[in-house]
This record gives sequence, structure tokens and C-alpha cells, in this order.
Amino acid sequence: MTALAPGSIGLATSDAARQVARRHRVGRAGLAVFQLSTIVGIVVLGALLYNIANEAAGLVAYEHKTDPAAVLPGGRDLAALSAPELAAVLTANLSPGEVATLEREAPLAERSQAELRRLVDERVLETHAAAAWNLTDSVLDRPAIEATVAERHPDADLRLTSWLSPAFVTAPQSGDAEYAGIRTAILGSLWVIVITMAVAVPVGVAAGIYLEEYADHTRWLNRAIQTNISNLAGVPSIIYGMLGLAVFVRALEPLSSGGAFGAADPTTANGRTILSAGLTMALLILPLIIINAQEAIRAVPSSLREASFGLGATRWQTIRHHVLPGALPGILTGTILAMSRAIGETAPLIVVGMSTYITFDPSSPFDKFTTLPGQIYQWTARPQPEFHHIAAAASVVLLVLLVALNASAIYGRNRAQVRY
Amino acid sequence: MTVTTTRLRGVEAAPEADTVPLGRRRRWREDAVEAVLFAAGFVSILTTGAIVVVLGKDALHFFRNPDVSLVDFLTGTVWQPQLGKFGLLPLLNATLMVSGIAMVVALPIGLSIAVYLSEYATPAVRNRLKPTLEILAGVPTVIYGYFALTFVTPILRWALGARTVDIYNVLSAGLVVGILVIPLVASMSEDALQAVPRALREAAYGLGATRLETSLQVVVPSALSGIAAAFMLAMSRAIGETMVVAIAAGAGPRLTANPLRSAETMTGYISRISGGDLSYNSVDYDSIFAIGLALFVITLGLNILSGRIVRRFREVYE
Repeated sequence: MTALAPGSIGLATSDAARQVARRHRVGRAGLAVFQLSTIVGIVVLGALLYNIANEAAGLVAYEHKTDPAAVLPGGRDLAALSAPELAAVLTANLSPGEVATLEREAPLAERSQAELRRLVDERVLETHAAAAWNLTDSVLDRPAIEATVAERHPDADLRLTSWLSPAFVTAPQSGDAEYAGIRTAILGSLWVIVITMAVAVPVGVAAGIYLEEYADHTRWLNRAIQTNISNLAGVPSIIYGMLGLAVFVRALEPLSSGGAFGAADPTTANGRTILSAGLTMALLILPLIIINAQEAIRAVPSSLREASFGLGATRWQTIRHHVLPGALPGILTGTILAMSRAIGETAPLIVVGMSTYITFDPSSPFDKFTTLPGQIYQWTARPQPEFHHIAAAASVVLLVLLVALNASAIYGRNRAQVRY
Repeated sequence: MTVTTTRLRGVEAAPEADTVPLGRRRRWREDAVEAVLFAAGFVSILTTGAIVVVLGKDALHFFRNPDVSLVDFLTGTVWQPQLGKFGLLPLLNATLMVSGIAMVVALPIGLSIAVYLSEYATPAVRNRLKPTLEILAGVPTVIYGYFALTFVTPILRWALGARTVDIYNVLSAGLVVGILVIPLVASMSEDALQAVPRALREAAYGLGATRLETSLQVVVPSALSGIAAAFMLAMSRAIGETMVVAIAAGAGPRLTANPLRSAETMTGYISRISGGDLSYNSVDYDSIFAIGLALFVITLGLNILSGRIVRRFREVYE
């Protein structure tokens, strides 16, 4: 064994030490990269939410076609007037026919101050937004905005406005962004989702039971069903829209527009109805519900089944009384998640034929419809910036709805989970 | 016929019932339940069948049109139905650009998040981050589209100049589609990383590897099949994504390599054409089914490939 000079050993260790130090530095750099990516994800989510909130409120320069001083008693501000005074303004300035129509919808004397103010704005003063700014600019840049308004819209009054308001949620669709609301869209979404769930849940859970409890997976047909379901889950949603267009809208038009039941005037909707939309959406979320139901059923331990069989129960009795109750929380959670997916889905409904402009409430499955995300899309697609603001306001409503649904699903999952 | 015989047998069989053991008795109700459940499962086969038939039939109708030929469809560089030009390339090119950009965003970020969550994060951090990712995954795509148009595009136009960046452009749509698929990449990759047995990590540490070396040289390679599958699925998702491109990428097919210009994707075209009043006998109607068929074939191919990779190349640990 050759003796090494003391110096060379020292060199080797310091070399190794240097290398270890370098490797740790690289390790720290790697961690920094991973953390940065994670932060990027969070920042993006923050930016998404910030952007919507930012656009949903802000300064708006309102211009009136009729000078408020000429119409409002004593030249007072609109907000300062009481409900009876507003009603008087309406009756004085609208034609008797218009007043009669309004009275028929709901007597003016019984309407709230906010509602009457909106009516005076819309019908008497004919107020419209000449320009609008987002919230950040409105707060940080107010003097500049005021200067711009004074220069370009000398008659306008500048108000900090939230585009999202109770009136926005309850008002029907309108051609003016200032008076448009999402009532029609919310009702449309509700109708579609009810039909979707009514079809998809029973079929999906039944299929899940079949695949987990009955299917002999050595048979090719059952294997085909299983493979097919996972492939269906990956089919782009717009393809389902085309399926709906060709089958429900076109081929089954007499059924989907209600003509076969004598329910609706079949010429107006052309099969582009709530029913077609609901069925299309049901096919879209069916794979999700099946896969989820299978997982929930698989989580029920087989000892429960064996015990039930041992007591002489038939297969269906075992499933009904033991497997399904155990799997129910899981099935429910998956159902809610599938539902929130269906509520947010837009593309297939565009293809099936969402109406671009309807102002009446849908009242049967054979009516034309629009949905909340569809409405957001249509407003976003318009060039006028006011519509982008109300699209943001509608997005807030949609997000709140979905977060509430998902939170209830997660809460339910944690609460009701049966542990074996 | 059969019904009558069964009923007769049922009546006559009453005394015999005592002799047949309980377990061997034919239970019609049980069979009926099974039949109903099977029918529900069969709906999925019918759905696939219907998709293939519907897309195939109308696409066939499209190719029967004398103005259209399959070769032109696949190789033509102009899509202008009014002029009788049906070349898929402009639409396909835009689709591939959008999903290419999306992958450039989603793969590194998604994989980094997955490695961080699986290899570094403490349980407390994990429990906060995973719901955040789930929220990101649950945001409707139309809101991502809005985000692209009103947030990302203005930033791009501010950074690169309003002259060079169109209001509707491929880059903005691609970036946002990338953000949209990050949760998918992250959660699928994380599942794959988690499936790697602990013993492999311990062995690497035992050899003196740092955490990063263990993650990148041992864990990630072992989980590569799962990660590759996640990428495939994310790609298919990006190709099929509609709302973001319909809102932010612009209308009007255009063959361009410049991501700062507007260009319509396959899904964007389908949604624009079918959104209007569509006559069933027009070539427009048939054309969206031909494009839909192409879209279906591409995404299905990617999905099947993804499943194959998982099964074929999965490292099996005892």
C-alpha cells in the first residue's frame, strides 16, 4: 500500500467538500425553481380573481338624454327621492300606455325605491354609460379620470358603480349593458342542469353498479364498456356539442322542440331547446359520474357483501341495502363535482344552439335558452367595453356559485366519509 | 310465447319450489335488475357509436361535395368556404400553435409543482396547495377566455407593442390554455410520483444523493410513464379546448407562424360556425363535422396513446 502524502489527502477532501457544497447549492436552486413554479400557479389564480373583481366595479360616466334638472322635482338628486316621488316622476313623464304596462307587471306604488330609480334612469332620463373604468384605475387615477370626463363628457356625472347588484341578478337580458341582467341566464342554467342531472345520475350510477358488481371482466363486452368510458371522458366537450346538434337538435327535432307532445310552437326553437342542451350535457358528464360511482362502490369493503350473502341476501338486495348506502357519500360528492363541471361548460351548448338574445324566462324544457357561462361568452365577445364589465359581474356570480358547490362537496366528503 | 311458458312453469313449479335449493332458484327480478343496469352501462357504447356515426356520416357528406377533395382537405393551405377552398392546414396549424405554446407553459410549471408537492412540501403545505390547484381546475373555461382577452392580451400588447400584437392573438390564447392545463399536469404527475416506492428514495439518500438528485434522477425517471401520460392527456385537452380560443385567438382562418397574429383554431371555427344560424344543407354544416372528425381522431389517438404508455411502460414494484 502506497503511503499518500498528507497534502494529497487534504486536497481530496477539500475537493469532495467543494463538490458536496456545489451539489447542495444546485439542490437549493432546484428547490427555488419548484417553489417559484408553485408560486406562479398561485399568482395566476390571484390574477384571474383580481381581474374579474377589477372589471366588475369602477367609475362610470353616466350621460342622460333628458336633463335630470328638468324632470326631477326641485332639481334634487335621483338617489334622494322617495319611492312615491319617483313613481310620480314616472307617471308624469311616460305615456299612459307605458305606465299601464308597468302597473300591470307590478303596481308602481308597491315597487321598491331602487327598482323605481332604475326605471326612471332607464325610461325617463335615458341614462347610459358614456365611459367606464376598472376599479384599480378608478381608485388610483381618479383625478385624471375626472379631467377626462370633464373634457369629453361635460354633462356626464361620474359615479363609482358596482356592475354586480341585486338588480343585475334579477333583471332579464337587455341590449343596454347598463340595464342588462342575468335572470334569463340563471334560469336557463337551472333548467339545463336539472335535466342533465335527472338523466345522468340514474344512468351513471346504474352503469357504475353494473361494472363493479355484476360485470364479468373476462368478457370482452364488459372490458369494451370499461375502456370506452375512460376514452369518452377524454373526448373534447365540443364534440359532444356536435353529437347533440346532429342527434337531439336535428334528428329528434319533433321530440326536443316539443312538437311531438304538442307542447310548444315547434317553428320557433328548431330543436335548439333546453331539452336538447340538457341531454347533450348529460352525455358529457356521464363518464365522470360512472367513473366516480365505480370508485365509491369499490371503496365499500367486500366483507360487507360477503356478510350479506352469507345471510342469504340476493345480489341486488346486498347492493341496495349494503353497498349503495356505504357508497352514497362518495357518489354524492362526485355528482356535485360533475354538476359544477356541467354548470361551467359552454362550448357544447354553443354548438347545440344557445340563443344569443332572449328576454323571456324559460318556462318549459321546450323553450329556447341561454346559460350563465353562455351569457358571459356573448358579452365578452362584444366589442363595447361596458359589456366586458357586465361579463365580469356575471363571472363573479358564476364563480361564487361554483365555489359554493365545490366547497359543499369537499365538506360533505370529509363529513360523511364512512370509514371501514 | 316465452312469457306464457314461464308463467305456466311458475304456476306448476309451486310444489317443486320446495325441492329446488334456494341458491339455484331462478330469480326473475334479479335478472331484470341486472338487465337494466347493463343497459345503463351500454349507453356509453351507444354514445361512442353515435359520435362515430354522426361525425362520419356528415363528414362523408362533406367529402362527397364536388368542390371538396380529401387531398385538398388535408394539404390545402387556404380555408375559405365561400371560394370553395377547404384546406385544413390553417386551422390545424393554429390549433397546434395554441397547444404547443400551452405545453411550453404547462409542462415545466406543472411538473415542478408536482415534484414540489410530492417530494418537498410538508403535509400542511400540501393540504393548502392542493385545494388551490383544485380551484384553478374548477374555474370554467369561459372565465379563462375572459382572462386571456382582458388581462393577458393587454399585458402582451403593452410589453411587445400594440402594433406587433393583434387584439386577438394566438400567444395569449396559448398561454392561458397552458395555465388551464397546469392543474391536470400537476395532479396526474404528482400521482405518478407518489406511486414510486419509498425504498427507492431511501436508497438514493443512502448513497449520499441530495434531495434534488433523488427527485430528478431517481423518482422522476421511475414515474416517467405516468408523467408522459399526463402530458399526452394535457395535450389532448389543449387541442380540444374551445372557449379560450374562441374568445381570445380570433375569428378567421389564417395560415401563419407568427403567434402574435390572430388565427382561428379547429374548435374556434366549429363554435363560430355553429353559433350562427346554420342551415343543415349547407356545406358549412358538413364542414364542421369533417373538422370535428379530425379533432376526434387526434384527441382519441392521444388519449389511447396515453393509456398505452401507462400500461406498457409502468415500472412495477412489488
